[in-house]
Amino acid sequence: MSVSSVFPQLEQLLPRVSKPIQYVGGELGAVVKDWDATTVRWALMYPDAYEVGLPNQGVQILYEVLNEQPDVLAERTYAVWPDLEALMKEHGVPQFTVDAHRPVKAFDVLGLSFATELGYTNMLSALDLAQIPLESKDRTVDHPIVLAGGHASFNPEPIADFIDAAVLGDGEEAVLEITGIIREWKAEGRPGGRDEILLRLARTESIYVPRFYDVDYLPDGRIQRVVPNRPDVPFRVAKRTTMDLDAWPYPKKPLVPLAETVHERYAVEIFRGCTRGCRFCQAGMITRPVRERSITTVGQMVKEGLEFSGYSEVGLLSLSSADHSEIGDMCSGLAQQYADTNVSLSLPSTRVDAFNIELAQELSRNGRRTGLTFAPEGGSERIRKVINKMVTKEDLIRTVVTAYSNGWRQVKLYFMCGLPSETDEDVLEIADMAHEVIRAGREAAGTKDIRCTVSIGGFVPKPHTPFQWAKMDTPEVIDGRLRMLKQAINSDRSLGRAIGFRYHDGEPSLIEGLLSRGDRRVGKVIRRVWEKGGRFDGWSEHFSYARWVEACTEVLPDLGVDLDWYTTREREETEVLPWDHLDSGLDKDWLWQDWQDSMSEFEQDDCRWTPCFDCGVCPSMDTEIQIGPTGKKLLPLTPVNGLRVPV
Amino acid sequence: MQRIRLRYAKRGPLRFTSHRDFARAFERALRRAAVPIAFSQGFTPHPKISYASAAPTGVGSEAEYLEIGLQTETDPEELRVALDAALSPGLDVLEAVPAGAGSLADRIDASLWRLELFEVTPATAQEAVTAFLAAGEVLVERMTKQGRRTFDARAAVVRCMVVTEPDLPSGAGGVPCAIIDLVVRQVTPAVRPDDVLSGLRVVAGLEPPVPVRVTRLAQGTLTAQGEIVDPLEADRQGVGIGGH
Repeated sequence: MSVSSVFPQLEQLLPRVSKPIQYVGGELGAVVKDWDATTVRWALMYPDAYEVGLPNQGVQILYEVLNEQPDVLAERTYAVWPDLEALMKEHGVPQFTVDAHRPVKAFDVLGLSFATELGYTNMLSALDLAQIPLESKDRTVDHPIVLAGGHASFNPEPIADFIDAAVLGDGEEAVLEITGIIREWKAEGRPGGRDEILLRLARTESIYVPRFYDVDYLPDGRIQRVVPNRPDVPFRVAKRTTMDLDAWPYPKKPLVPLAETVHERYAVEIFRGCTRGCRFCQAGMITRPVRERSITTVGQMVKEGLEFSGYSEVGLLSLSSADHSEIGDMCSGLAQQYADTNVSLSLPSTRVDAFNIELAQELSRNGRRTGLTFAPEGGSERIRKVINKMVTKEDLIRTVVTAYSNGWRQVKLYFMCGLPSETDEDVLEIADMAHEVIRAGREAAGTKDIRCTVSIGGFVPKPHTPFQWAKMDTPEVIDGRLRMLKQAINSDRSLGRAIGFRYHDGEPSLIEGLLSRGDRRVGKVIRRVWEKGGRFDGWSEHFSYARWVEACTEVLPDLGVDLDWYTTREREETEVLPWDHLDSGLDKDWLWQDWQDSMSEFEQDDCRWTPCFDCGVCPSMDTEIQIGPTGKKLLPLTPVNGLRVPV
Repeated sequence: MQRIRLRYAKRGPLRFTSHRDFARAFERALRRAAVPIAFSQGFTPHPKISYASAAPTGVGSEAEYLEIGLQTETDPEELRVALDAALSPGLDVLEAVPAGAGSLADRIDASLWRLELFEVTPATAQEAVTAFLAAGEVLVERMTKQGRRTFDARAAVVRCMVVTEPDLPSGAGGVPCAIIDLVVRQVTPAVRPDDVLSGLRVVAGLEPPVPVRVTRLAQGTLTAQGEIVDPLEADRQGVGIGGH
């Protein structure tokens, strides 16, 4: 059964929508294969606008890994903006892939990468446009398997009705294994229909199929238990961990868009995982252990990635890049290799210490100076102990002053508001810190012409973190604290003028909190919000708090719970959490102990430099820390002579 | 510094590339192909690229032009091949010629556009075109950055005719398709093919049911006979002499 392109129909609509280029594909690195020459076909979706979704590393990596298989085809699809959505519905044009404009419905798998829960409503729009039934139970053997991945899939319960399966953790090997299972099932003539293929996936013990699990509730609304409803699926589903990142040097051929996107750079993940132990950070908890990519692999990837893409910017990404065991040599090596070019190198800098500035200076040798960002996260010493962000006020001032005296005129400081046990005073100390930064900075730089930006976001407690039991503050409390902070910053006119203040108000965070720690009942809210027109909830111009509250009020009381119950309620030790049957490797007892330590302001070291503290990940997942140094260095690049004809 | 002029096309789906999108893609193509591009002096050096008037987003083109400056002498044809390979298919580099004297912009004062009106019969189109050409002035409206503007779309039109070319596809399944070739002088405010289509609506109520596909077939110097001379023609005379 061949599948034809919907482009001729789509083409008629494109002159009527904004930024049509985002829907036409044609990126460098894009792959179009003959449909009939392949056996397993994936549509990969990043459920947000193209400009945000295209640069996503996860999707790019899986796209390339899958397309390297001769009999596998992978294409991409993104959320379409409401202007095109309306036209597509009017003219019956289905959700399409941007590569060959094939209808998403024709693929074997629709794989969605959820970096954030705010993409859930966009998934429903896409399913609806694709003419795929919204709920898993209504799909037949001919519909794609709707598969969730990404960090949010560590608690996919709120979308359990809409997805068929979820994969926890690293995707590189998982997509190949899933491909193998589907290939075999199709070759056998798809025996047993949809249930059979989902069962085969579930039997891997690392793919979660919600329909094979039942949730029982207690009279007070809490979960009693989550258990398999058939004997042949595991009680707990484990996350995936890809070891030896040097063996997976992707993306090799990054997708380079024609449309403008949020990141225009070649990004290399220099390591995966983080054991700094910041208690609010879900990424740091669920991606353990630390696995470094070696300096030579990074050097090779940068060289080939730049040659392939033509980008002039390189980002060395990870959860805390300055912590790479070879980061010094890596930065100086790359800076040397690209010294006489217009290539700029950047390191997302969040570590608060002077070493970070040394690295930034190294990277800006060829003149292009990128911004410096530090993330103390908490305003007071006390709250920084609570969140395990070990940095003193003196450290911070010293670091920022070093930056100013080395020629930086602008630094950014990141904070959070609404952290567990936080008081007004904890937040107001951010103002003192910012004032002190400007005062000391002016002295060090010998000029009044320096600035700092205070950027503050709302804390959202996430599953599989020590704060998974914490209560959230209400938007009123958060917004009140932000107002006080703003006043405090501006209380000194002279210093306040040099301080920029950026914040997110509390309402979107509360909804993110509902979706992060929700259970299957929250799915009804998501569906209601979507039916009322909810789309692009990550965009302030589209997000409507009132719509979410209204949907909660309509749907949740019948289920015996409400919005507050999910968000501003603290959980007890014995409560069954919606994601307890999903195994991130972290020992729940250890998480609880870390939560208790947090409340007694007791800090936890990093296991890369101190003995193992038994978080549980390595033994239960059979993994280990993989760090250098390898002792190798980057060699100078041989200059290119003459033109290069890209293939 | 060697200066080379390029003619390139925006084809098929990639006609939705905006000028800014193209400019970014072209700079990346220069790096992909390791072209020894020259840079401007100053604190933030920019690659030496200058564009002639670019076709609007959504309009295809067989005749876009730009000029680049190179640090080292490069064979124009090798350059063309490398750049063409470095750009996505659909952004096609068609020709590279060492620049002669004078500027590219001075050699461009008109464009030839092809308008494909699907689901419109040639007879209907002909009626509208006749009415348009007969009018002394055709006032149309367009939203500009300064707000809604009214201006004359007629005076800048040098030629407007319904063409019949049997080898052109006439739409799928025998759906009629009228083809109009249009020569428009560069004036201020610019009169674009869209404005002429608005004009056809104003004078004859012509409302194509599906979006009209527009392609720039040529741009260059307008002769007294209403023909357009390729702006690279003068440079091409100099091929063999090499660059400067």
